[in-house]
Amino acid sequence: MYLGKVIGRVVCTIKDQALTSRKLLLVRRLPNGPAVVAIDSVGAGAGETVYVCRGREAAFAFKPDEVPTEASVVAIVDQINRPEEPTL
Amino acid sequence: MFLARIVGTVVATRKDPRLEGKKLLICRPIDPDGKDEKGYIIAVDTVHAGFREEVLIVQGSSARMAQGCKDTPVDAAIVGIVDQVSQD
Repeated sequence: MYLGKVIGRVVCTIKDQALTSRKLLLVRRLPNGPAVVAIDSVGAGAGETVYVCRGREAAFAFKPDEVPTEASVVAIVDQINRPEEPTL
Repeated sequence: MFLARIVGTVVATRKDPRLEGKKLLICRPIDPDGKDEKGYIIAVDTVHAGFREEVLIVQGSSARMAQGCKDTPVDAAIVGIVDQVSQD
């Protein structure tokens, strides 16, 4: 799982039936990662910092539905507390 | 999931029986602006996408949850035809 920023939306008319009425968000991995398309499960919106789940587990957010996704937005981040960087 | 553009087709006569009747398409990943990125991926079409169309691809074991891909040896499936990508 990783943190991402919602940078846009994707609209598809023709799509897998299981994706009907799901919101597709364009999410950039923080700080400068690639943009992926993730399905929203929490009502996230433009510019928000979110928590993205990758892989097979991403579909678990929509259980009992079987949604073909490998990236889901599973949380909206309020605040990040980061103690000093550990020294190696 | 990521955005891609269809750049070709693949024909295979000898293949796993569970792949019979499935359309295999060569897809090039694109960024949200529509520019080509590196590499390519062969994906199974589940939405009747066509040449040069922008599509949504799901990768990994989640691809098997796409329509008609249950219990098939598939790790990339096209699950949507992109109408519009809007960036904030």
